[in-house]
Amino acid sequence: MGKKLYINTTINGEAVEFLCEPRQSLLEIFRDHLGMTGTKEGCNDGNCGACNVIIDGVLMNSCLIFAVEAQDRKIVTIEGLASPQGLHPLQQKFLEHASLQCGICTPGFLVAAKALLDQNPDPTEHEVRHWLAGNLCRCTGYDKIVRAVLDAANVAPNTETSLQSSN
Amino acid sequence: MQNFEYCTPRTLGETFDLLGENDCQCRVLAGGTDLIVQLRQGALSVDRVIDIKHLPECKQLICDPIEGLTLGATVPCHRIYEDKAIVDTYPGLIDSIAIIGGIQIQGRATVGGNLCNSSPSADSIPILIAYGATCEIVGAAENRRIPVENFCTGPGKNILEKGEILVAIHLPPVPKSSGAHYLRFIPRFEMDIAVVGAGAYVELDDEGRMFNKVRIGLAAVAPTPLYAREAGDLLKGREVSDESIDAAASSAQSIARPISDMRAPAEYRKHLVKVLTRRALWGAINRARGEFVPNAVQNNDQ
Ligand code: FES
Ligand code: FES
Repeated sequence: MGKKLYINTTINGEAVEFLCEPRQSLLEIFRDHLGMTGTKEGCNDGNCGACNVIIDGVLMNSCLIFAVEAQDRKIVTIEGLASPQGLHPLQQKFLEHASLQCGICTPGFLVAAKALLDQNPDPTEHEVRHWLAGNLCRCTGYDKIVRAVLDAANVAPNTETSLQSSN
Repeated sequence: MQNFEYCTPRTLGETFDLLGENDCQCRVLAGGTDLIVQLRQGALSVDRVIDIKHLPECKQLICDPIEGLTLGATVPCHRIYEDKAIVDTYPGLIDSIAIIGGIQIQGRATVGGNLCNSSPSADSIPILIAYGATCEIVGAAENRRIPVENFCTGPGKNILEKGEILVAIHLPPVPKSSGAHYLRFIPRFEMDIAVVGAGAYVELDDEGRMFNKVRIGLAAVAPTPLYAREAGDLLKGREVSDESIDAAASSAQSIARPISDMRAPAEYRKHLVKVLTRRALWGAINRARGEFVPNAVQNNDQ
């Protein structure tokens, strides 16, 4: 019972395999076994969004997923946002708008915002606020985060390239 | 968290073999948004977690004008509200599932899980009751279909027997001059548990003036979600008016037996039942009359 399982998955475009116990969360595997500490643990019970990842295109809390469930899935974490050419437009806009203070919530907000812009490239402020309601920030008061996301949306349509040319 | 065995059966037969083993405490995993928290808190102990997300029966999502809506037990909320036909046909269901947790919870959480978790405050249950939905329960020996209002038996408890699983929820087809609406009261805008929730389903006559059929479901006012049968029945054949709706709301209020807790005192919940039932009915009536009633998925912004 409870024997370890070999899991094959894809993380940020790369094939990854790991051994885990069924009780371990995906968050735990990222942070404690794969050395991917970009994804944060806030509450560890689904309330704060610090642990957000995108799995097969869907935003989820990695603290509420067993790592064994990652078999054959495609996962995007905060480490997958920036490219060798530079920051993701959302990251750039978070810097410009000073959308972080202590920063613990930031990876979760960035991943959530990416999931939003991937499916809705031109959201209204209301849509941004609704989408980010599952992410908690104790420092910023949220407003600067919302502004950064709206601003990043304006950098679209092809965010990555248009940002680089504006740099 | 204690360790356990993790299984991913591909057929119902395999599932029953896993579930049926003697002296093995099993729990079924769908979205895990309740189960994983309960395991981590030590509120549950298990020997085996059976992930039923790979069972074809549990993944179905079919919106058919004649058969109604077949909602597999492991279909996550986001799949439901990303389906245009369901958003248009069952807006009352969308009202509820689009406010369960945040977007990242809706990416995982399932209506089947909401039902099996059997919380009195579950947002999806009152509207399922209002729509007259049924639960498709299968076991190694027999299958049964039971109305959603008979499913929960107490906080966290339901009628599932050892060896049985919920595979799907069925919502009946909705006739033309019908409408449904769910709303809840919470002290903020998002991300909270219902202080009280109310769901209503109405069928009106062709002119949209008389009630032909009404069903009302309530959350967080009793140990289980409630079906306010009398409140709905007393509207049958009556005219849509403030008076008739007030009578139904009072009837719904009379069956509520809420507790006081950190979310609200019982008196306040009792008061809210009437207000929310009235509003749920008006929302359902407006939709039945073809008017637009916004929710988290369809709003005035768009
Ligand atoms: S750590 Fe996962 S939601 Fe808070
Ligand atoms: S910046 Fe500190 S919690 Fe958000």
